[in-house]
Amino acid sequence: MTDANRTLVEAVNDGLHTAMAADERVIVYGEDVGDNGGVFRATDGLIEAFGDERVVDTPIAEISIVGSAVGLSMAGFRPVAEIQFSGFIPPVFNQLVSMASRIRWRTRGEHNAPMVVRAPYGGGVRALEHHSESLESAYAHVPGLQVVIPGTPYDTKGLLQSAIDDPDPVLFLEPKLHYRAGRQEVPDGQYSVPLGDAAVRRKGTDVTVISWGSMMPPTMEAVDSLEDRRDVDVEVIDVRTLSPLDRETIVESIKKTGKATVVHEGPKSGGFAAELVATLNERALMYLEAPIHRVTGFDVPIPMLGMEDYYLPNPPRIAAGIERTLAGEGGV
Amino acid sequence: MSHGIEQPVPLGEGNSSIAACTISQPDETPPRYQLVNEDGEYDPDSLPDLDDEELLDLFEWMLLQEIVDERMVTLQRRGEMGTYASGRGQEASIVGSSYALREEDWLFPYGREAAAMLIQGMPLRDLMLYWRGVEDANMQKAHRVFPPAIAIGTHIPVGVGYAWGLGLGEEDAIAALFHGDGHPSTGEFQSGANFAGVMNAPALFYCQNNGYSISVPFDEGQTAAQTVAQKGMAWGIDGIRVDGNDVLAVYDAVSQAREHVADGNPTIVESVTYRLEAHTTNDDPSRYREADEVDWWEEREPISRFRTVLESEGILADGDEDAMRQELNQQFDEAKEAADGYESRGIEELFTYVYDELPPELERQLGEFERFLEGHPEAHDYIDHRPKG
Repeated sequence: MTDANRTLVEAVNDGLHTAMAADERVIVYGEDVGDNGGVFRATDGLIEAFGDERVVDTPIAEISIVGSAVGLSMAGFRPVAEIQFSGFIPPVFNQLVSMASRIRWRTRGEHNAPMVVRAPYGGGVRALEHHSESLESAYAHVPGLQVVIPGTPYDTKGLLQSAIDDPDPVLFLEPKLHYRAGRQEVPDGQYSVPLGDAAVRRKGTDVTVISWGSMMPPTMEAVDSLEDRRDVDVEVIDVRTLSPLDRETIVESIKKTGKATVVHEGPKSGGFAAELVATLNERALMYLEAPIHRVTGFDVPIPMLGMEDYYLPNPPRIAAGIERTLAGEGGV
Repeated sequence: MSHGIEQPVPLGEGNSSIAACTISQPDETPPRYQLVNEDGEYDPDSLPDLDDEELLDLFEWMLLQEIVDERMVTLQRRGEMGTYASGRGQEASIVGSSYALREEDWLFPYGREAAAMLIQGMPLRDLMLYWRGVEDANMQKAHRVFPPAIAIGTHIPVGVGYAWGLGLGEEDAIAALFHGDGHPSTGEFQSGANFAGVMNAPALFYCQNNGYSISVPFDEGQTAAQTVAQKGMAWGIDGIRVDGNDVLAVYDAVSQAREHVADGNPTIVESVTYRLEAHTTNDDPSRYREADEVDWWEEREPISRFRTVLESEGILADGDEDAMRQELNQQFDEAKEAADGYESRGIEELFTYVYDELPPELERQLGEFERFLEGHPEAHDYIDHRPKG
């Protein structure tokens, strides 16, 4: 075990190798996951290690990639299906909503769907149209569907293991902008990071900044620059799993700091920040000392690469949002 | 046997043999419609009715496709272009098909058919802007080109609906839905093709079967069917297979299919070809296919085959091709200059066109963002210097 040994995408890859070696029920499939090793190389080397019955290239058929995972999991397997880009999830929404998320409920527990659907999500890599969507709030709204979004290499492998072990379906969204952006120590062998536990990335007393996935690195950068510039002590929470949501960690943090800024990449209206703000209103209103600010994508489709950098929240925008929270400014 | 009353399902005769009642795909792969063989040999009487000028026109478009592909890949490598999908090796398939469309027809592209979009009249400058990720490039209504279907299969139901509408109108126009060999695997394609059959929609399903959907070979993982053309049978529509590296065969097959389609008979044309380049500039094909295979197809690339025809017909003289290439490269240079000169309208582009009118909340978000950028020049710096994935 060496320090800073794996990038985020290498953590996905190592997590899949580890889970497949430990449990022969785990099968990995999707478009180009076999010989090609995935378009981001997330599945590199799996077909050589586990053969083409457990690592399977599929037709271009997202509906069946996800729908068949429900069937395979009911038949005793632990499918880990890949959707190549988050922009290709919309056609499978029907299978997620009508089948995966409610098979346990509608059969009164006779069947369940221990399946994982992995997809790279988010913008910033100069990809083509329909490759960069961040619609996690829509998926987190589906009862019975768990939504996990890791923000670091260590969490990625540990959360992936938990998702694979979980008896119910998990949509596992990977921030592809940070696939190779940095390295972290990721242990060899199996370990897990539990679903439903937010992480406090930095302890602070003046304001709490809440984010996840692709927005974690720019959020940390914004907080660094802010703490360099002025005397402020910021607490940062990485939500990690939108569903199940760790409300306790968030509520306890706001009880301490009295102020919060929420940062996410998806559009603002109806975004997941709204759920967090509502939770804080329900459980910590009397502790709030200032309006909660949201720094998010705009209420527009994520543009093609020409303008995507203006859509994505960046450290200066995030820092400005935190400063407004600190100043106790109301309005939007 | 009528059984005396009208039946909702055609019954057919009763038969005691399961074999006789089984509908299978053919044991042998059906042939490809071919007018000029791989060695450039042909029967002059069987060639389509094109005059010398039209034949040279076809050749010139094929050269343009090749030049655009080569130079776009080079620009991408230099950081002057986004991800690009080259059509090298498919010049006959791309040009022969779109050249057969009529002026009133609509093109629903999927991205690997630059020359088809240009033949429709889309400016080369706009094609470059599209691959640079500029939404304005999709304003091609005047040229009857729909935005490319980057999400596989998404354009099929839309194109079928458009064709349905065309069929209801006065114009004798069709919608040509271009796609690859992976698209028929999607739900959108299958429901769209079935729908077209029911509605008698004048939709042409033009499949460039280039052997691979990124890394997955057509015959090992994409479908258990031998051909794309046969899939039409399930939906009660015709399918034609054509040698996609024979530009005259493609032109003739699509011309004839187009007339059939215009009569309200949706039709599949499967053009059997080969992608000589990577899937896109982000792809490394050496991971999934052998050099021998690429070499085999390189020897059968379509421009050489058509050049042989033009030379034997005495249409293409020494030096003609060089002159054409020089002229086409100059066209490319001019379009590149125009694309470089494109001025973005700035962040307003993000907000306009989501709705007919900017709703109050979007107006507010735009205003807030404008004020933020004015007060925070460091945000521009960040964007300019951010490492781009």
